[in-house]
Amino acid sequence: MATQDIRAGRLSQEQLTDNFSDHHPPLSSGNAIVEADRCYFCYDAPCIEACPTAIDIPNFIRKISTGNLKGSANDILSQNIMGGMCARVCPTEVLCEAACVRETQEHKPVRIGDLQRYATDRFFESGETLFERGKPTGKRVAVVGGGPAGLACAHSLAVLGHESVIFEAREKLSGLNEYGIAAYKTVNNFAQREVDFILQIGGIETRTNHQLGRDVKFDDLRQEYDAVFLSIGLGDVNELGLESEDIDGVINAVDTISELRQAENLGELPVGRRVVVIGGGNTAIDISVQSKKLGAEDVTLVYRRGAQQMSATWKEQEFAKSSGVSIKYWLSPKRLHSENGHVSRVEFECTNLNPDGKLTGTGETRFMEADVVFKAIGQSLQDKIFSDSEMPDFANGKIVVNNEFETSLPGVWSGGDCIGSGEDLTVQAVADGKHAADSIHNKLMSQ
Amino acid sequence: MADLSCNVAGIKAPNPFWVASAPPTDKLYNVERAFRAGWGGVVWKTLGLDPPIVNVTSRYGAVHYNGQRMMGFNNVELITDRPLEDNLKEIKQIKKDWPDRAVVVSLMVPCTENDWEFILRKIEDTGSDGVELNFGCPHGMSERGMGSAVGQVPEYIEMVTRWVKECSDLPCLVKLTPNITDISHAARAAKAGGADGVALINTVNSIVSVDLDLMAPEPTIDGKGSHGGYCGPAVKPIALHMVTEIAKDPETNTLPVSAIGGISNWRDATEFIAMGARGIQVCTAVMHYGFKIVDDMIDGLNNWMDEKGYETIEDFRGAAVPNVTEWQYLNLKYDIKARIDETTCIHCGLCHISCEDASHQAIREIKANGGRRFEVIDNNCVGCNLCMFACPVPNCITMERVDTGTEYQNWTTHPNNPMRVDQN
Repeated sequence: MATQDIRAGRLSQEQLTDNFSDHHPPLSSGNAIVEADRCYFCYDAPCIEACPTAIDIPNFIRKISTGNLKGSANDILSQNIMGGMCARVCPTEVLCEAACVRETQEHKPVRIGDLQRYATDRFFESGETLFERGKPTGKRVAVVGGGPAGLACAHSLAVLGHESVIFEAREKLSGLNEYGIAAYKTVNNFAQREVDFILQIGGIETRTNHQLGRDVKFDDLRQEYDAVFLSIGLGDVNELGLESEDIDGVINAVDTISELRQAENLGELPVGRRVVVIGGGNTAIDISVQSKKLGAEDVTLVYRRGAQQMSATWKEQEFAKSSGVSIKYWLSPKRLHSENGHVSRVEFECTNLNPDGKLTGTGETRFMEADVVFKAIGQSLQDKIFSDSEMPDFANGKIVVNNEFETSLPGVWSGGDCIGSGEDLTVQAVADGKHAADSIHNKLMSQ
Repeated sequence: MADLSCNVAGIKAPNPFWVASAPPTDKLYNVERAFRAGWGGVVWKTLGLDPPIVNVTSRYGAVHYNGQRMMGFNNVELITDRPLEDNLKEIKQIKKDWPDRAVVVSLMVPCTENDWEFILRKIEDTGSDGVELNFGCPHGMSERGMGSAVGQVPEYIEMVTRWVKECSDLPCLVKLTPNITDISHAARAAKAGGADGVALINTVNSIVSVDLDLMAPEPTIDGKGSHGGYCGPAVKPIALHMVTEIAKDPETNTLPVSAIGGISNWRDATEFIAMGARGIQVCTAVMHYGFKIVDDMIDGLNNWMDEKGYETIEDFRGAAVPNVTEWQYLNLKYDIKARIDETTCIHCGLCHISCEDASHQAIREIKANGGRRFEVIDNNCVGCNLCMFACPVPNCITMERVDTGTEYQNWTTHPNNPMRVDQN
């Protein structure tokens, strides 16, 4: 007797289409100009400093006001080739918009993310180009991993005149932009349109379905290419560390998010009636909200610490709550209960911080009924991909780099989620890729 | 409740707010609505001789600034395009229906005594309170020897005004054009001709913008454009200066003034009255927001007068005029310095960069504890006010007086002045 209620088609196609449309519609041109005029054009603006890619924000906003949209897009994209995606997914509330002086003044920052989206959307619609390949240097660089860091690196290398080959394990480029970000944040196949824009510069060869360790050897790349850039992300999913995690209904959130992004028909995706999500980051938020949008009746996001400690920002937490997700803090998973080999409920222990600030269990327990349990407690680096090649130095499970994004191995650079910066943001990955390309260029041209 | 009634050159109204001669006063329908909204008077849109003029379509241009629509506005419209008799009939009707309101009729006819006499007889028959001679319109009519073509030649102003005063007892306001170098000559000429008062300013010659695709000035009419008359909030400072000039001039300081030019609210209006105006005329703000704005004009002026203890307009009219002087008499010993209120500063840096790039390098940026603050260097600060105006936070930057307040020296006696007068 199966008690689990997991099925597809809980909502009508119409409702699904509505639920997965752009959750944050773009600014109209009139609104964009009004919003742009709110920018004070600060001197040495704090928002620029708060942006990992140091976009000259007041300048691009001023260009929206004056109708110089190409100039505006150029200010954004020359600093951040994925300025379009970052406009959609950046946690601006803790970056540029947190630093905006209007936040200080009136708790109403200039909507920088929305303006950035306006400028880049309009530019993409124009079909114009901005960047040209540099004079060929004859140097070739292997870029391992075609996510934001890899693409940004390859694009910068092309501008500098180097050729590159991107090795991507999956079928499509763009990494988490394509497989990891919630669907309602990037509608209309934007990730792939952005990839097309990046690749149109030329000089970037792409080999998808090429996984390091399986289809291509790290040592070979080091020998064949003038430099290697590792932007391999985090391929493994962290386990809860509980008994019987392999029972039915206990799923890695990233796998389901990826399936959802690739699904042709959302109506065919099965979703549980009662969903429990364990984690505290954006993946936890995304799977919670998307489950709700697919028609789950109860979605509970459970985090073992408080709202302040969650890596998902206050705005993301608010968004989840307003989407109907219930968030429970200070509960740590202890046991997965099953019926007929399928998860049926989760046992949690209440937690708090002891006087030393360390997380401890209180001994009290709570139970939650569940048809599906999503694990979203982080990802880790898949080190098996180096197989028997010499590996770069690791620390805390990530690749160690210096300020120039050089690893411990000569000729090997790295950036993005797989390095130790700890900022699992698209914008940070793009910044890493760009800076690494500059470093590779300097090194190759001085040889 | 203060007494807001006004008397401009013998024309009385329950309040000083009149709708200026323009599209909002072109016909009975609009004027009726204006009076219902509370306006104290109107100057009926300029009448001319039949056959009526013909207007083009696409008539207005506008300057929008930083989100503010119609900060400046211009037009290439002419005087009324309706038959004279239609207008006269409606003017008669409105005066009959609203006897307590001022109904003044704007006029523009060719420069012959007969034509002026002809039209004045017609106006007298309507029972209206006075006439306003349109010597200001800068486009369309001026090319036919009317409007500003008259207003730019003091001798013509005097001549036509005299004709009007000789053939009619109606109070006569002469509307002046700002498209001259010194308004005093025009005002003196009006007075010499016997005008009961002046109304100013009419619109300023302008081209508001160029369509960069059509390569033609805006408003564009079938690929071409023409200069038009500029008005709206942008011209208020020009109008205020010209009204002040008339108030300062011993030859014209008793001449009643009906002030016009970018007046949008009670505060603007009050400034003009403080510079001697007896009445106020408004057009662009009405064209933008409708007649209802008069509610706040009346209410705001009344509340302000109550607060200040003024009972009538005459209690403060012209009160600012004695404080208008020439630059050479300003106190060179007066000294102010910028003060930044750190508790309200939002650290935008505009005070620093404006002073750094455009003034006296008197505000330094100090980075500390991951943030920054801005500090005035008193020795460099010349008290110019630039930082205070650039600062987006109201009252964050203020100017503090630092001189003793006891010394006085002006340019006429300053050692650097080669033409100084000996103090002894």
